[in-house]
Formats: sequence, structure tokens, C-alpha cells
Amino acid sequence: MIEANISPGAPLVSVSNLVKQFGRFAALRGVTAEFDSGQFHVILGDNGAGKTTLLRVLAGLANPTRGEVSILNKNPREACREIGYMAHPSLLYDEMSGMENLRYFARLYDISGDERCREVIRAVRLDPELSRPVGQYSQGMRQRMSLARAILHDPKILLLDEPFSNVDVHSARDMVGLLKGMRDAGKTIFVVTHQSALLEGVADEFIWMQAGQILDRTRDLSPLARAEQP
Amino acid sequence: MNSFWSITLATLAKDIRLEWRSKDALNAMLFFSLLVVVIFVFSFDPLAEESRHIVGGLVWVAFLFAAVVALNQTWARELRNQVLDAYRVSPAPATGLFIAKALGNFILVSLLEALMAPLFVIFYNLHVLGPAWQLIPVALLGTWALVVNGTFFAAMSIRTRSRELMLPLLLFPVSIPAVIAMVAATTSILTGDASAHFYIVLLLTYDVVFTTACLGLFGTVLQAE
Repeated sequence: MIEANISPGAPLVSVSNLVKQFGRFAALRGVTAEFDSGQFHVILGDNGAGKTTLLRVLAGLANPTRGEVSILNKNPREACREIGYMAHPSLLYDEMSGMENLRYFARLYDISGDERCREVIRAVRLDPELSRPVGQYSQGMRQRMSLARAILHDPKILLLDEPFSNVDVHSARDMVGLLKGMRDAGKTIFVVTHQSALLEGVADEFIWMQAGQILDRTRDLSPLARAEQP
Repeated sequence: MNSFWSITLATLAKDIRLEWRSKDALNAMLFFSLLVVVIFVFSFDPLAEESRHIVGGLVWVAFLFAAVVALNQTWARELRNQVLDAYRVSPAPATGLFIAKALGNFILVSLLEALMAPLFVIFYNLHVLGPAWQLIPVALLGTWALVVNGTFFAAMSIRTRSRELMLPLLLFPVSIPAVIAMVAATTSILTGDASAHFYIVLLLTYDVVFTTACLGLFGTVLQAE
């Protein structure tokens, strides 16, 4: 297991000896790593490698069995205003329109008025006036609206689980461009994906996970990962 | 308005909007209660005097079973697309979500009671002999007793595989003191035989105790994996 800190400076996110067990199955087995701010981290690995579990622990949705997580020197729950989380499911109400969804989630972060909601919907290249319910959106539109929800409160850290799954290549490239812009604006981004080729040349770091551990951290997409692409 | 109530009211408004659009819970509750009224009236065909003695129990059992439908539904929609996780990662307080859900269920069950009460009066040929106004505090306190525990236990059973079975198993035993008080108070008012004052105070006490307990424990339930 490699314990690396690629760029200098105080880490924004650090995990120490992180273990997460579900019954007798250990999804994370002693993960220790530090991640700097303003970087685009891509987490790769086979199914069951622990990628999603790591992201959920960072988001504060799963409590580690052992080990520590520090985000901006706080635990994930205390740092929740600085974290934007996008899961594999949309985390949106299918029966409400995109604007209605965001208006509700904005209230949870004490954001009043519709302007910020309109702004993020436009940022993901959707129409704020679109009145049809999210359940009738295409998969690509739903993923983009889900991203809009995650960035609604302007978090410093974005945790994105499979943001490009079931999205056509054109929409996926649009989303990558958007994420690149956010990273350039100083956001720290973690993306779990099986489509790492989309992020080649954009990501600052590729993190390869296997069997609940970080196997390798590289600046470039490794030949191994490239070979894994479908 | 402070942030807590702003979040609570936003969550309540969202739930009412979702229910208004789907009408899943309301339709199921109405249909179920209607069946209870009709089946029992044909099964017993009670006289007016007999009705006054049995309707208290019948009404509350019908509402208790119907409420379970709404209680399951209220959390089931939070599981679709894992929307509950969006709330869990936000800084919004757990108690805000709980109060909003309990109020939403309270409104829904109260609406059901308002719609079904005239049917009970007609089908069972009811004439209230005691102070009828006391039915209002009994209905309000009794409904709150059902929904506050129901909302809590529905949240607890939300991630279990057989949550439709788990909820009644958890809820009904805890609700027994409240159901006894509701039935006894309603019967006392309908028959005019005794004062319902004691049962109203009992219901109020029950509501205060269980609301406090649920509010205190809900944060743990929400953050449980």
C-alpha cells in the first residue's frame, strides 16, 4: 500500500488507517492517505474495491469501523457545508421538477431565493424553466441535475460517485469540462468512475484501489487502468 | 423565521406537494377506512345504543391501521433514488426532518378522520350524548400519539427488508396505552356515561413523553447505516 502525498502543503482531506466492515466483510482495510486542495482525484478499481465506501465515509454517510477521517481538520459531519456529494442514484425526487428539487435542497443549506438554483442549473447546461418532473428526464439530464444539487451550496470538496454512468459520450465530455472548470476555480474533486479515459489529461491524480486498499497513486492513467477500459 | 423552522416547513411543503401529486397514501388510507366502515356495519348491523359503545374502538382501530399505510409511504419516497442521503449530508437538523414528517402524517391522518367521521356518524346512526367538543382534543391528541411514534418507528424500519411487517410490530405494542385512552375517551363522550377528562390528560402526557423521546433519538436513527 502506498501512502503518498503528491503535492506539498497541508492536506485538505486525510484518512488514517481507515477500516470499514460490513459484518465480516471489510470494504476498507486500513486506508491511509492525504489529499491536497484544488486537485482532481480519480478513484479507480474493480467492483468491490472499496471506492464507493471510501467516498461515503468521506461524505459522512458511513462511519468508519476504525481509523480517522479529517476534512479541513474537522470530521465529515462538521465539515458538511464544505462537501458536495453526488451518488450513483440521483438523490432527487422524481415527482418534482429540477427547480423544485433544488429550491428544496437550497433551504437545507440556508440558501434563500431562486437565483443560486438558476445559476447552478445553467452551469450544468440545463434549463431552469424546464417544468417536467425529474423522473421524465433522460439519464444524462438527471446526472447533470444531480451534479447541480451537489454544487448548489458552493462546496470546497466534491465527492462524485459514477457521475458518467449511463451518460452518452457527448454529455459526459460536457460534464468533464464543467468539473475541470471547477477544479481550476479551486475546488477539490474526487470522482469514482470506471470511465477513467474520459478524465485523462484533466485529472491531477489517479488512485487505484483494490480489495479495500489504495494500491497505487499516479499522475497519469496507468497502462493497467487504460487496459481496463471497455 | 429561523433556519430550523424554515427547513421544517420546506420539508413539510415538499411532502405535501409530493403527496398531492401522487395521492398514494391518501387514496390507500381512504379506501382501507371505507372498507372497515362498510364491512363492520354489515357484519354487526348495530343499534344506535350499541354503536355508541363499540364505535370508539372501531374508529381508532380503523385509523390506526390506515395510518400505517401513510407512515410507510412517507419514508418509502425518501428511499427512492436514496434522497434521504441528500438530507443526511446536509447541515439540516435531524429533528427538522422528523417534525416535518410527523406534521405531514398528522395532516394526512387528520384529513382522513375529517372525511371518514361523517360516514361513521351516518352508517352507525350516532348521536353524541356527552360533551361533543371533547372529541376535538381527543382526536388531535390521539392522532398525534399515532403519528409521532409511527413516524419514528417507520424511520427505524425503513432499511429492513420487511418494513411493512416491522412497522406494526414495533408500533402497535407501544401504542396500546394511547389506543386505550383514545377508545375510552371516545366511548365516554359518545355515551355520556363518564368524564373523558382523565383520558385526555393521559393522552397529553403520552404525547409529551413520546414526542420528547422520539426527538431525542431520531438523530441516531437518521444517521444509522
